[in-house]
Amino acid sequence: MRKLSKSFSYKAISEALWQSNPVSKQILGICSSLAVTVQLKTALVMGLALTFVTAFSNLTISLLRNQIPRNVRIIAEVAIIAVLVIIADEFLRAFMYDISKQLSVFVGLIITNCIVMGRAEAFAMGNPPWRSFVDGAANGIGYASILGGVAFFRELLGAGKLFGFQVVPKGFYAAGYENMGLMLLAPGAFIAIALFVWLEHTLLKDK
Amino acid sequence: MERLISLFVESVFVGNILLAYFLGMCSYLSVSKNLKTSLGLGIAVTFVMTITTPANWLLYHYLLAPGALAWAGLPEMDLSFLKLVLFIATVAGIVQVLEMVIDRYSQGLYNALGVFLPLITVNCAILGAALFMVERRYTFAETVVYGFGSGLGWLLAIVAMATVMQKLRYADVPEGLQGFGIRMIVTGLMAMSFMLFSGITL
Repeated sequence: MRKLSKSFSYKAISEALWQSNPVSKQILGICSSLAVTVQLKTALVMGLALTFVTAFSNLTISLLRNQIPRNVRIIAEVAIIAVLVIIADEFLRAFMYDISKQLSVFVGLIITNCIVMGRAEAFAMGNPPWRSFVDGAANGIGYASILGGVAFFRELLGAGKLFGFQVVPKGFYAAGYENMGLMLLAPGAFIAIALFVWLEHTLLKDK
Repeated sequence: MERLISLFVESVFVGNILLAYFLGMCSYLSVSKNLKTSLGLGIAVTFVMTITTPANWLLYHYLLAPGALAWAGLPEMDLSFLKLVLFIATVAGIVQVLEMVIDRYSQGLYNALGVFLPLITVNCAILGAALFMVERRYTFAETVVYGFGSGLGWLLAIVAMATVMQKLRYADVPEGLQGFGIRMIVTGLMAMSFMLFSGITL
């Protein structure tokens, strides 16, 4: 039996989480990762939506890779991605209406998210379906991990909550502790992600 | 008229599409190293946005919105779920046509903007502006102003960033922050200063 750590899926996921994380290393898909990280809940839903779209767009494009003519491949890829995004968007609207209101246009903007296009172009066009599917899912998870990390700090510091539940004890406020309003605003997002990437770089270098 | 002016000021400064809504970050991060290219891309984005956002408004309100097909005898039709596909196709199509028109009639402009036009199709700011104008229920006039204002705001942000990056070359940045990290912090500080305009209401 092959070792788990030698299998392709394991390698793809660990690589996308650490060594070549799509957000912090390849700097792709920054747009949405900043906008939806005010709350942990929206960040995770967005991460899942993107994982779904990259995984299945990679799968579909990989299945069709020998049929798609090379010179119209971008249009074909965009069409496939757009269909998947519409499915994700309609699903959120039907079953998680509140969250979909908060995510507003950012679910739709998954279409132009460079991670999805990048993986379709760089990986799915030249690899068999199952590998492409795992690669897409791994990159989605890598993206979701950064989103989750940033949202954790922004919600904790900005609102004193996690998943909408109060975690900073009432006594702290009585003793003069205050929520950091900056974290909830746009500039806070930029600075939080910069500090997060700094932390990650430093941790990785020590290994 | 006052409403339009205040919308313009808002879309350029307070509600800057890049600094407050984080749209168009990808090309912003990859291009903002060089002042000249940033300016070129900024102008191209403003140009395309001013044309595509109103075009998408017309398409949305005469084809997709609930009840929009009443003129064709289909008053109950609601095709608004198709807006994502239609918008991205319109943007790609208009960019293609623009590229050909500019190439044919103005060689100088083509040399300046030509390289940037294909990049623009995947710029999320353009699609984002179209989606925002639907979500915020702008009228046609407001959409024209909003499209132009957002483009201008994006131009302002990317040019400002490029100039800051040139100065930053001589700064001693901590190792882990070099590259991506420091640019995010600079952008954050810039976003903060843009937010100061929020006191201005007309």
